[in-house]
Amino acid sequence: MTAHVLLGLLAGGPRHGYELKRSYDEHLPRARPLAFAQVYTTLARLVRDGLVTPAGQDQAGGPERTSYAITEEGLAGLRAWLTAVEPPAPHISGTLLAKVVVALFAADSATARDYLVAQRAAHTGRLRELTAIKADPATSLSDVIALDYAITHLDADLRWLRTTLERVAAHTREGSG
Amino acid sequence: MTIPLLEARGLVRSYGATPALRGVSLAVAEGEIVAVTGPSGCGKSTLLHCLAGILRPDAGEVTYRGRRIDTLSEADRSRLRRSELGVLFQFGQLVAELPAVENVALPLLLAGVSRRRARTAGLSWLERLGVADVADALPGEMSGGQRQRVALARALVTEPRLLFADEPTGALDTIAGEQVLSHLVRLAGEQGTTVVLVTHDPRVAGYAHREIALRDGQLDPTGLGLAVVGAPAAWAGPAAAAVETAAVAETDAAR
Ligand SMILES: Nc1ncnc2c1ncn2[C@@H]1O[C@H](COP(=O)(O)OP(=O)(O)O)[C@@H](O)[C@H]1O
Ligand SMILES: [Mg+2]
Repeated sequence: MTAHVLLGLLAGGPRHGYELKRSYDEHLPRARPLAFAQVYTTLARLVRDGLVTPAGQDQAGGPERTSYAITEEGLAGLRAWLTAVEPPAPHISGTLLAKVVVALFAADSATARDYLVAQRAAHTGRLRELTAIKADPATSLSDVIALDYAITHLDADLRWLRTTLERVAAHTREGSG
Repeated sequence: MTIPLLEARGLVRSYGATPALRGVSLAVAEGEIVAVTGPSGCGKSTLLHCLAGILRPDAGEVTYRGRRIDTLSEADRSRLRRSELGVLFQFGQLVAELPAVENVALPLLLAGVSRRRARTAGLSWLERLGVADVADALPGEMSGGQRQRVALARALVTEPRLLFADEPTGALDTIAGEQVLSHLVRLAGEQGTTVVLVTHDPRVAGYAHREIALRDGQLDPTGLGLAVVGAPAAWAGPAAAAVETAAVAETDAAR
């Protein structure tokens, strides 16, 4: 994925490695920040595969002095990546799902309750924290986009949690539990 | 300890045989933004109406700045609402025949402010809410988001100490709703306005400092309708008991 993001950034014109790192962190501000070393290893791989080419050097040379440009193959690769849709939720898994299931069906009632309450509190707390950053007019568009992604997922988790408890309740009331 | 700005003790309210509130107590400190959350029909609007002095509880009391308000006469409650409280509903309820600026100026006119000063204040509030461009438009000519921001301007124009909002973005799409909420939160912060915000949407509750969850007319300290160890009194209701047996006793059976 990092490789394709770098290709995406290079599609706008040649850049130095440090510019790429800065631009990456700017566009994906809430992702894990990209390490310099990873920028250079990824660029080296892209050059090897012919997707990127060194495009000029300032004085002394060395990778941090080199600017890189995307090649025709690189553009084709980027297009192919954007053409392929991500498989929508191919496997239904996740630690949250697993933990809630185990809490509901395998833990003692006090443990289950404490876990569910603490998990909900952690989710709502995080949601509040991210919403406060998002509501700040100084927050950049890239930031808001990333925050929206996180907030929407937290919201989905919270709704799912509530629905799950209601579903289990209904199931038990109907006496088929 | 400082007294809370708003406090409710043991609020009970029914509509005929339907209980809507079954003993709700809470306190809101000055400057807080509190979200009242819970599923549809759990009593959020009834609670808000009781707190705002719009509805009289069957039992329990509401104090505002240390003074009982649930026992005030209708006239005194209206006076209090006009001078200290602001209210914003899901559908802003603007006067359809009046342009935006006059809608916003209306509460000031009712309070005896001169026409010119009320209009100036109205315009400046429209500006603060980013809707100065629709000042002369009628509500029917505005988008839902613009209407709701005008309604918020009208709720804030008297600079209330306490603002009540009931699903203020319930009828808006995501981005228009966010604009209303971020304006609301920012202006409340600037003015030191205390806010009680009713919503069933976790994302809207995310704008508040704190959440008070309701369930079947009672406080739900878990936010999930679960019984809480050490707090059995809050869980005397049959519905709560059903959820308890459900979510938790099912677990026991499975062991
Ligand atoms: N005017 C009314 N007449 C009869 N029942 C009502 C009235 N208003 C609300 N209720 C009932 O009271 C309960 C709580 O309603 P409400 O306070 O509107 O909940 P919420 O705002 O959380 O959806 C619900 O069972 C609802 O049907
Ligand atoms: Mg309601």
